[in-house]
Amino acid sequence: MAILEARQLKKHFGSIHAVDGIDFRSEDGELLAILGPSGSGKSTLMRMVAGLEEPTAGDILVNGESIVGIPPRRRNVAMVFQSFALYPHITVRENIRFPLAARKVPETEQKRKIDWVTEILDIRDLLDRRPSRLSGGQSQRVALARAMVRDPDLFVFDEPLSSLDAQIRSQARGELRSLLDRTQITTLYVTHDQVEALGLADRVAVMQSGRIHQIGTPRELYDAPANLFVAGFIGDPPMNLFRQGDEIIGARPEHLIAEADLPDDVEAALHLDVEIEHLEFLGSEWLIYGLVHGGVPESGEGLRIIARERQETPRLRAGERTQLVVPRHQAQYFDARSGMRKSGPEVAVA
Amino acid sequence: MQRQLRKLGFYTAVVLLLLFAVLPIAYAVITTFKKESELFSFGANPFIYEQGPTLEPLIFLFTDTGFPTFVWNSVVIGVFVVAITVVLAVPAAYALARLTGRWGESSGMAIFLVYLIPPTLLFIPLFRIVVWLGLANTIWSLVLVLPTITVPFCTWLLLGFFRSVPQELDEAALLDGCTRFGAFRKVVLPQALPGIGACVVFAFSLSLSNYIYSVTFISESAARNISAGVPTELIRGDVYFWPSLMAATAIVAIPLGIAYGLLFDYLVRGFQASGATEAEG
Repeated sequence: MAILEARQLKKHFGSIHAVDGIDFRSEDGELLAILGPSGSGKSTLMRMVAGLEEPTAGDILVNGESIVGIPPRRRNVAMVFQSFALYPHITVRENIRFPLAARKVPETEQKRKIDWVTEILDIRDLLDRRPSRLSGGQSQRVALARAMVRDPDLFVFDEPLSSLDAQIRSQARGELRSLLDRTQITTLYVTHDQVEALGLADRVAVMQSGRIHQIGTPRELYDAPANLFVAGFIGDPPMNLFRQGDEIIGARPEHLIAEADLPDDVEAALHLDVEIEHLEFLGSEWLIYGLVHGGVPESGEGLRIIARERQETPRLRAGERTQLVVPRHQAQYFDARSGMRKSGPEVAVA
Repeated sequence: MQRQLRKLGFYTAVVLLLLFAVLPIAYAVITTFKKESELFSFGANPFIYEQGPTLEPLIFLFTDTGFPTFVWNSVVIGVFVVAITVVLAVPAAYALARLTGRWGESSGMAIFLVYLIPPTLLFIPLFRIVVWLGLANTIWSLVLVLPTITVPFCTWLLLGFFRSVPQELDEAALLDGCTRFGAFRKVVLPQALPGIGACVVFAFSLSLSNYIYSVTFISESAARNISAGVPTELIRGDVYFWPSLMAATAIVAIPLGIAYGLLFDYLVRGFQASGATEAEG
């Protein structure tokens, strides 16, 4: 049970500003994801929370009290590493016992805790194995067990699913979420994978170049990105962006629709003359790749778009020329100079 | 047919290699028990006893020479050199691998370069130091000087080893409630045991085989070790006491050979881990 807070947090390595002034405040028991491309400073942020790096400036607080300067062993922060970092020379049981033994927890208490955590994570059969004899999924459970066994105030996860096979990743995601719902421990979840962040987290902070660009629920990030970086980073495939005057108009792939499908009472923000280049079948949907020939003269030659169609068979074919529109209420508007979101279509009309 | 031919070739190669490895030792052992008269007769077969074996060279070695003292001195020197080497090289290598960032790389290389300075250049200045410290003619001169070779080499060896231990393991231990030292002792050190084993073997072998320091720093027979004592006592002018020389060699080499053989897999892991990470870096 803890509220994690960062205030004007900075970490500079020489001239590199890895973390460049970050503020956020978690809710109690919240799963807060830090999402960003590699080199965005998210790992440095996480390491400062864990106590592995000292901030250059600013403060980190847990329940209102600063933890800066406290060595990692006295912060009650448990971390699950990307590589899991299981101790290879001792058995799974000893791995799980390690944090308890290091904190001098009495033996009977140790046994009770280990029983409890192995029960929850269903790893009783693995206790006598060495870490080298575990599969990826098993290693992840053991790493989770080692982190959970000591009742931490705070979990810090460093891409804990990225070393798992793709097949078991979504299953592991579901298990992780239900586990965290049960333990109600505030969690900082660092990842570069937006599917993970959007799928798991209560709120997501999008980070780039050492700054948080936006923090909000997955829905907020998708529906109302605060700036062009978030607009381009969240969503797969990313948002299509068109320049018009001193504005940039953004349209999610599913918001590029055929002109004929536009309801009569809805105005179009953009009319695009598109040549379809190719189509991609993704099971539940089709992705349509096209080259824009007209409609947005300021975006320049060779602009390409990606549209999404959820039909069994697509109505378009490669090589066709077609008219696509963006309904006005679904278009997103950004200031071309600052890249910041304009508050909505009303502004553009006025 | 072809498979059998291949098998034959394989076993022939094995036998040849085996002879290559065993023959010198076998020859030494056989010679140990030979009578002088048979040893120096030209027509005699070197691998059998035509005049019957004798224990005389062995008795001579243990009663009329300082050999038992040499062995004892070598063991004492070896144990101290190994201890000093491990105590200095392990923390040095860990620190270079973890704590100094970019400096670690160049310092590690600098330390290795120290190892490349040959003892033939160093023994004169080192002798002056040994004399100044009042350690000339004692085994402690070697205990002091041999680590100048073993510490840099073992530091370098262990450096690669500690680098191959993921830093995340240290960090996990720090977060699990260990101090920096606790993380090193409970998590990192156990991973590096093969490397430390390799260091022990290297330091001990070197202290046994070093000749130039042993001969130059110690001229008193009672303080000599095997490598200097055996040749100076058993080669008198141009008279070689072959059977006793061979006995001295075999007595030292065979137990060591067996020990290394038993530890071989373990040690190879040590050297491989070190070499592999060096190549990557």
